[in-house]
This record gives sequence, structure tokens and C-alpha cells, in this order.
Amino acid sequence: MKLHEYQSKRIFARYGIPIPEGEVATTPEEARALAAQLGRPVVIKSQVLVGGRGKAGGIRLAHTPEEAEAVAREILGMEIKGLPVRKVLVDEAAEIRAELYLGAVLDRQHRRIAVMASSEGGVDIEEVAARSPEKIVTVRPHPLMGLQDYHARSLAFGIGLPKEHVRAFTQIARGLYQAFVENDATLAEINPLVITGQERLLAVDGKIVLDDSGLARHPDLAALRDPDEETPAEREAREHGLSYIQLDGEIGCMVNGAGLAMATMDVVKLYGGSPANFLDIGGGARAEQVAVALRLILGDPRVKAVLVNIFGGITRCDEVAQGLLQAMEAVRPQVPFVARLVGTNEEEGRRMLQEAAFPIFTATSLVDAAQKAVAAAKGEPIP
Amino acid sequence: MSILVGKETRLVVQGITGREGTFHTRQMIEYGTQVVAGVTPGKGGEWAVDNVPVFDTVAEAVKATDANTSILFVPARFAPDAILEAADAGIQLVICIAENIPALDMARVRAYLETTHTRLIGPNCPGLITPGQAKVGIMPGHIHTPGHVGIVSRSGTLTYEVVYALTARGIGQSTAVGIGGDPIVGTSFLDVLQMFQEDPQTEQVVLIGEIGGTDEQRAAQFIAEHMTKPVTAFIAGQTAPPGKRMGHAGAIIAGGEGTAAEKIAALRAAGAQVAHHPEEIAELVARNLA
Repeated sequence: MKLHEYQSKRIFARYGIPIPEGEVATTPEEARALAAQLGRPVVIKSQVLVGGRGKAGGIRLAHTPEEAEAVAREILGMEIKGLPVRKVLVDEAAEIRAELYLGAVLDRQHRRIAVMASSEGGVDIEEVAARSPEKIVTVRPHPLMGLQDYHARSLAFGIGLPKEHVRAFTQIARGLYQAFVENDATLAEINPLVITGQERLLAVDGKIVLDDSGLARHPDLAALRDPDEETPAEREAREHGLSYIQLDGEIGCMVNGAGLAMATMDVVKLYGGSPANFLDIGGGARAEQVAVALRLILGDPRVKAVLVNIFGGITRCDEVAQGLLQAMEAVRPQVPFVARLVGTNEEEGRRMLQEAAFPIFTATSLVDAAQKAVAAAKGEPIP
Repeated sequence: MSILVGKETRLVVQGITGREGTFHTRQMIEYGTQVVAGVTPGKGGEWAVDNVPVFDTVAEAVKATDANTSILFVPARFAPDAILEAADAGIQLVICIAENIPALDMARVRAYLETTHTRLIGPNCPGLITPGQAKVGIMPGHIHTPGHVGIVSRSGTLTYEVVYALTARGIGQSTAVGIGGDPIVGTSFLDVLQMFQEDPQTEQVVLIGEIGGTDEQRAAQFIAEHMTKPVTAFIAGQTAPPGKRMGHAGAIIAGGEGTAAEKIAALRAAGAQVAHHPEEIAELVARNLA
């Protein structure tokens, strides 16, 4: 789960990381009042969960409260990469002498937190990594010991930080690591970390991505979820314990197991279709899960056919078929269905679907199922 | 032979008296697995699933029954504790089924396990099975058949698919290992490939990967440098959008890294055959036998 810049920076501040003075506004008038209160030039920053806000015109300077109001009015009316701007952060404008990068990320390969610093801040770190990897210095503290001061010093000296800033930098690096660990982050980034005209270090922009698996023990953080981060259907799925991701194709997919669900999407694409969603209904495929899943899929108006791909293991195919038929009885779908049930009692499961009151095309192989679903979505005769 | 589990496996089930624990213990016993003990704190001295003795701690269970392998049916929030308890009791192989364990917990657990002789499989995995000998997991046992194809996979049902298709063709399996779909797991593709390469029963290997991370790329490097047995691979998630977690916590393309395309390219370059879709895997394996 992603946090907004203002939420991330508030967390950083709790760990002793200096952030600009500022507050969130939801109306132009509020932005004006905040700017007046700060009494100096401000930066108006759109709070949306996508990158490239600056390039899209979503981050702008304002010299007076009047200008702050006007700028906030424009930004609050914007959409950035499809996301409406509902909030702006009104921050004091810092005088920037140099821009650095300091970030921490879950390093899967080394199974540790990697802390990275660069003298090239203010740009995407992936860009720096691609262009001049030697400008990124990385340390990977032992998970049972955490970040030590020498780690921070080696980052500071490694990026050529003037020595008068090393002590403050060390504090910030420790705070960042602690914030990462205590909040179960997978990414925590200060970009840029600025050296100001007053020779101070300041976290001008911040970003935190949280580990979804850690949210259960951080209810306060879970409550920060931005409803714009997921579609209403995705939210409903999450609340029912289903994994659902909306895509822009026309073949609805209902599958048990994440790997099989991805593979099913791949096969649909391989045979000329395009998947409308990723959906994992879990191992058991119980009737009520299936019903919720069907409602979600059919709630997407782009869906022109549904492909059901279930492997029956400990849950038998005839049980799955029964669950599917019960769910269809309740939901009454108007689009063609192609179902492939494989595994334990597959013949019985297939027979039940073929004899059902609904027109369900059955398939024996995944390729066969994908071809039938693609044809059905195009309104062509089913092969 | 086969790897990791077999006739010599003496299994302790942590969380044996819970619903899942009881259900799957029965299934494992029916398959022929030697389940020698269960552990549920506070229920020591009782019996579970007909005649399995229950202990309060793993250490007691090991002392009384010489258990050497453990499987955990405990909720995610208790799983790190249970893994460490098993390791400190001297269990050699721990299998963790639970999903949604925070990644940083696993980073700490893994770091600790490196100071012990315990190997962890999972979390977020179906477990592993050596057909005809021992099933230590939640997979449907009856679809497997003993044979010479080693399987290693990040996905549950996708593995069952492949096993089912192999068995239907009369092609048996040596051991099928589900290493789990989380970003940090106890045992990697590389570890299992190494074991299959050394296992005399295994004649060829199926590797089922997915988007996210770079574990498949390191597997590819090992295949290129050390594998003499043929490897058939499949990577799920070719159509997955970047930045979205596709069910498994580990299945996410982050910072442009971990795409299916780069994994497939690495595996092909290493000399593995890469199937276009899951059903092609059994076909390619059969062709190696022809």
C-alpha cells in the first residue's frame, strides 16, 4: 500500500527527520490561509499516488497567499495519470543548494533492507542507476543488528557529502531505517534530500510503500489507504479475501491460485484475447467466494465472456461445479461462459455444467478454453 | 532417493489440533507420511487425529519421537515464532504454509536460520511431496505418481496442473517442491536445482516461476554453469501490469525489474526449454523422454 507524500513525511518527522513546515489543503482558500500563516514563498504539491507529478504540472511555486490560492485552484482541478487531485500539500519553499537521494528498499535477493544514497537527487533513482550506477552507494545492514552509524557514514562519505553534514545525515539515515522497520515498509525514500541555503539537511519529498502483509499489525496505517489507489471492485474483493486486479480487456477470468490465474491471463493473450482482470478465488473455491467473484467480474461492463479455470485438488471438481451453478443462479449472467475444470472428479464436474440450465461451454484443455472464450468475446461461433 | 522428504521423514505437525492442522494431518497420514507427533501449546498429553501424540513444545516432541521434519499449520502472526521454535529444537526441515507473514519478519527469521542447520521451505507454499513416500503439505496426493521428474515451483495450483498432466501421460515425479510465493522465502530455486542435480532418482527438472524478483535469473545462471539434466521452465505473468501485486506477495514487477520477459530470456539463454503455456510443459518433458 502506497502512502501519500504528506503522510510519508509526517512519519519521517516522528523519527527525527527534518521536513519542511507545511500542511495539507483541500480547497484553494485553505491553501491561501496556510501560505499566509507560513508568511513566505510556498510550494503547492498535488497529493496523488503516481510518479511524475512535477512533469504533469502538479508541483508549483507560489510567492504570495493570492498566488497560492490561484495555483491550488488549478492543481485541485487537475487529473494526473487518471487520478483526480483531491489534496495539495502547502510546504515552505526551501532554498536549494544541492539535491541528494536517500532511500531504503526491501532487497529480495539479499533478503535484507538495502539503504542507498546518491549525490544525484531529485530524479528517479532508477534513472541514475541506469545512467551512472557508480553514483549510487548501497549498504545492507544485517537484519538482526539493523543500521549502524558506520553504515550511514559510509553512505555519506561515499557520495562525497561535505563533512559538516555527516552528523545530521547519519541521524536521518538512522531515522529512515527505523521508520522502515517499525512501519513494515517495502520502500521508504527521501528524494530529494536537500542541502538548504541555511546549510541544513531537509527531506523535501518523501515516499513510503508499506508491506500489505504487515498492515494487520498497523491498523493506524491501514486506515490511511487512499480509496483512489484501488477500484471499488478491487476494494470489495479485498474485503472478501479475494485477489482481484482490474485490467482493460474483455475476457473475465476466474481462477483458483495466483500462479494459475496469471498463466490463464497469459494463455488468453497468447490466443488473441485480452484479459479483463486477474482473479484468484483461492484454493477452496467455495460457493460464496465464487458468487462474489462472479459479481465482480460481471460488474465490469467491458466483459464480453467469462473464462473459468479451476484445478480441483482436495476440493473436487463436482463441488466446484455445484458452487459455480449456485452462484450463477444468484447472479444470472448475461454473457457466455467457458469453463475448464481439471483434476479430481473432472468428468462429473463437466457433466454437471453441460446439463445446467445456463449455456456453459466446457473445455478440456486451457488452450481449448482460451480459444473458446476469445471466440465468444468476439461474438464468433465457438470452435 | 528423491530429495528433502521420503520414507525417513518423521513429521511433527505444529498446530495439529486446529481445523487445518487436523484436516491435513489426516490427509498426510492417509498418503503414508510418518506423522510422529503434533504440537499445540497447552494440549500436551492429548492425542490428535486418532493416534498422534500431542506435545506442548517442539523440543519435547523431538525428544520423545525423534521427529526430524516439521510442518506448520499456524496463522501468519504466530508463524515466525513457530519456525524459530522448530529450529531451536533441532528440526532439520521446516515447512511453512502460511500466507501474509510480513517480509521483514522473514528477513530476520532467515538471518537467524543461517546460524542453524535448519532449512525452511516457504512461507506461502503448498509444501512438498515425494510420491509414494511422503507428502508434507496441502497438495492433493493422489494426482502424483513416483518417477524421475523433479519439480520446483513458486505456485500451488499451477504445479498441480503440471503434475496432473505428467501423471496422465504416465510420467512420474521424484519430488515436487513448492518454494512459495513470498518475496523472501527459506529455500530458493537455486537450492532445489542443486539438490535435483545431485539426486540420482531425478532425471529431468521442471521449474515453474513467475514475475517478481530475480530468483529465476540466478536459477538460469546455475543451469548454464552446473546443470547436466534437462530443465523445462514456465514463467507465469507475461501479461501482468507493472506495480501490481498479482495475488502472491512476491509476484510484482517493481522498478522495471522482475518481468516475465527477462526471466524467459535468461532461462532460454541458459539452455532451458521454456513452455509458452502450462500444458506445453508436460509435452516438452515427454519429448525429452522420446
